[in-house]
Amino acid sequence: MTATAGAPTIELRKICRTFAKPSGEPLPVLADIDLALRDGEILGLLGRSGSGKSTLLRIAAGLIRPTSGEILYRGAPLEGPAEGIAVVFQTFALFPWLTVLENVEAGLDALGLPRAEARRRAQSAIDLIGLDGFQSAYPRELSGGMRQRVGFARAMVIEPLVLLMDEPFSALDVLTAETLRTDFLDLWIERQMPTRSVLLVTHNIEEAVLMCDRTLVLSSNPGRIAADIPVPLARPRNRLDDAFRAIVDEIYSILTSRALASIKAQGRLHGGLAQALPRASVNQMRGLLETLASAPYSGSAELGALAGALSFEVDDLFPIAEGLHILEFAELSAGSLKLTAAGRTFVRCETEERKRLFNEHLLKFVPLAAHIRRVLDEREGHRAPRVRFESELEDHMIRRDAERTLRAVTGWARYAEVFEYDDTMRMFRIGKR
Amino acid sequence: MEHHAEILRDGRWYRQAPGWRDLAATVLVLALILVLGSTARQMVAPLGAARQPDITLSPLALPFYALRTTMRMLVAIAASLFFTFTYATLAAKSRRAEMVLVPLLDVLQSVPILGYLSFTVLFFVALFPGNELGPELAAIFAIFTSQAWNMAFSFYQSLRTVPRDLDEASRSFRFSAWQRFWRLEVPFAMPGLVWNTMMSMSGGWFFVVASEAIAVGDLQINLPGVGSYVARAIAERDLAAVGWAIVAMSAAILVYDQLLFRPLVAWADKFRFEQTAAASVPRSWVLDLFRRARLLRRVTSPMAAGLASAARARLSLPPALHGLIGWGPRRRIGDLAWYGLIIAGIGAALRQLYRVAGAELSWGDVAVAAGEGGLTLLRVAVLIALATVVWVPIGVFVGLRPKLAEAAQPLAQFLAAFPANLLFPVAVFFILRFDLAPRIWLSPLMVLGTQWYILFNVVAGASAFPSDFREAAASFRIGGWRWWREVMLPGVFPFYVTGAITASGGAWNASIVAEAVSWGQTRLSAGGLGAYIAERTAAGDFPRIALGIAVMSLFVIAANRLLWRPLYAFAERRTRLD
Repeated sequence: MTATAGAPTIELRKICRTFAKPSGEPLPVLADIDLALRDGEILGLLGRSGSGKSTLLRIAAGLIRPTSGEILYRGAPLEGPAEGIAVVFQTFALFPWLTVLENVEAGLDALGLPRAEARRRAQSAIDLIGLDGFQSAYPRELSGGMRQRVGFARAMVIEPLVLLMDEPFSALDVLTAETLRTDFLDLWIERQMPTRSVLLVTHNIEEAVLMCDRTLVLSSNPGRIAADIPVPLARPRNRLDDAFRAIVDEIYSILTSRALASIKAQGRLHGGLAQALPRASVNQMRGLLETLASAPYSGSAELGALAGALSFEVDDLFPIAEGLHILEFAELSAGSLKLTAAGRTFVRCETEERKRLFNEHLLKFVPLAAHIRRVLDEREGHRAPRVRFESELEDHMIRRDAERTLRAVTGWARYAEVFEYDDTMRMFRIGKR
Repeated sequence: MEHHAEILRDGRWYRQAPGWRDLAATVLVLALILVLGSTARQMVAPLGAARQPDITLSPLALPFYALRTTMRMLVAIAASLFFTFTYATLAAKSRRAEMVLVPLLDVLQSVPILGYLSFTVLFFVALFPGNELGPELAAIFAIFTSQAWNMAFSFYQSLRTVPRDLDEASRSFRFSAWQRFWRLEVPFAMPGLVWNTMMSMSGGWFFVVASEAIAVGDLQINLPGVGSYVARAIAERDLAAVGWAIVAMSAAILVYDQLLFRPLVAWADKFRFEQTAAASVPRSWVLDLFRRARLLRRVTSPMAAGLASAARARLSLPPALHGLIGWGPRRRIGDLAWYGLIIAGIGAALRQLYRVAGAELSWGDVAVAAGEGGLTLLRVAVLIALATVVWVPIGVFVGLRPKLAEAAQPLAQFLAAFPANLLFPVAVFFILRFDLAPRIWLSPLMVLGTQWYILFNVVAGASAFPSDFREAAASFRIGGWRWWREVMLPGVFPFYVTGAITASGGAWNASIVAEAVSWGQTRLSAGGLGAYIAERTAAGDFPRIALGIAVMSLFVIAANRLLWRPLYAFAERRTRLD
């Protein structure tokens, strides 16, 4: 089936969602999102963790209210969860105390159907999804793949017009995920389900290109739609096709340029203290540097190829690459990662010299690390409570990012011996040497 | 007197309620106790209790007495369950109700149950004058209070921690509030609820025994039951009868456990939230029997289907009610009015407290009660320390041997459930026989029943201790004291704290029956706050009973706040890897 542009089933207009900072000021996590889920399409929503893509899906499902903006479902405003919209969850969200059959029937509870009718519909959904024979099993007896099939059956049993899927395959192993994707696409192509449109949230670029008719790329902080990329490939699609790879690379380069822009912008604000640091450990960064320095990359690699070789998803690879970029051991640019001179030196050095080099880069390129060190130097006793920096960071970013940033800087600084952290006292301090 | 700790939410510790609310709730409860105590004196005079049935000491009557005692337990559990479903649900769903209900519950569970037994007996006897129902309800109420607070807390915490994805799934399927309650909330809370009910069983048996035979001033209550049987045996110095009562009680507890709790635990296992299959599944032959009996199933299946469709019905509250109980979005004016109401209530309580207590009590009384409290505190501290030194090594030894642990665990749980007050006469007999000092030798009775909590929690902790840690310790040849200090004690610490909290709370409660005992006409007193309350109860001196309860509650609350909760939080934080 090719992407036919029908009328939208769900339309989001000027959606914003903000959290309140500790100071009371609003901090936007989603800004000005316009999105139309058209009739007959699978729309991908691709972004890194923290881009607000799952929040956006929940807004479309009526589970969360936006701070401002309008949601239209079949042309009428959506006030809450509505008939005809079903959600498939990343964590499956099955009731552990109900059997497969009861779980599927639970989806029908709200419709108040007669018992026999409910049983009949549940049974046919179970047959459709390939769960026949598992009716009396409890979720904990099933493998992850079978559990997610129950999740699908429970969504399909209400014969939804719109199916919203929140990273439905990301908790599964690679092979199981591929089987489920293929089975789902078969049902979709053969039109065996009444569903008219699907919204698929994912952080897996290949999954988006494989399944969707169109993919929206979300940028982070705040989440905005950075690009709208049509995927005009015939199904079934082949991951090794040049056209397929070209779209994957295009998305990588969009994500890279977004990441770079955000690093640059945050670095300029508030003396660099607004710089959110990625979730990247020293070991991961060291490993990536060494991989990058060795064959076949010898200093430079396409992110898509690198991710494939390491079987990394976007959320695995990007934080490490960003960490290296911020510390100037490697340089990110349009979908590729390249070692810098310092990065090459780092790989060649022994432990002590590596630490010295890391120390130097940390103090020079991470304003937060330099700031904490300066505060500790100035203080009597050379200690400072963590909460002081926590609240400083929360002026510029949401709590989750502040927490992640402090964790990252703590790990890096411990390795580089810039300062120490005592978790019992929740205090930073300068070690006695 | 169970205890709950702070909730861990996104890696940070949140106190359950801000300090001023606790303070306010404490004031409210204590004022209520003191005011009730001071006014109860006027009620007692015209009370004619019902004709008391004679308690016979024949062992043949014991099965009947045990049955009566067990019936009280059952009724109390049903009442606790009803209370739990309503009180905790209201607290979890309504922001305004939560403000009042949660701190109140927190204080209530620190109030010694045996202390206010005298008030509740009076209250219920006055409610049904000349009728046996009064004392009967008072006994049931005592059991109820030993279980309801725990169960309600457990249910409340479950309601507040319903997993987000299941909550979203329920909302996206548009469950009504009623459907959500039975489909999601009750099943999710079930394991915690069953566990807490089981943990409060010990209290239940203890209090049913203590509340069956009670004398408040001139009012003498004897309900047919094991407790009255023992009281009679004590009065007649009949050690053999005490022995029979112990046998009968053991049998009753075993039967109760096998017929009610084992099946319940085995059945509740399906509500476990972990998605992985468990290594050991609790089993119950009774449940298996019920599940396999076809005829029985045919009889019960229409009933089950009826219940299931009742749970599926789309009942929901009229929307008008939502605003009233603070269900809907925040409304400033409503909140302000609510705060005003709370403050006015506390003000009135304080004023009443000042007026009534001022007329009846002097500062000298307070000083006496506080001094006695200090003595009991010393006892509790020494005894818990002793129990720790004895049971932690034994618990670790047992817990590290799976076969032994499997055999020992039910025994420890049985000992914890057994009402220790049945054993008191035996101890008292020996104290008299060998002419021991009551101030010292009565003390161990306080932890006789509750020390087992330390044992079985430590056994559970040692059993759950990861074997790779032990192997690592062995391969680095860590042994002796270092092994205890660096490997095992940190490993069982959180479990130990849980056990010790229960044990010390129970010891405070038990002090009321342990510090003052009798054998025939001989009365022994060890001094302390428990003896203070017991003696004032026998004398019908209500203002001072109330004072004693208030002081003891304050001691318990202070111990929880200043020692146990920080320890618990510390244990949780220290032993987490992420």
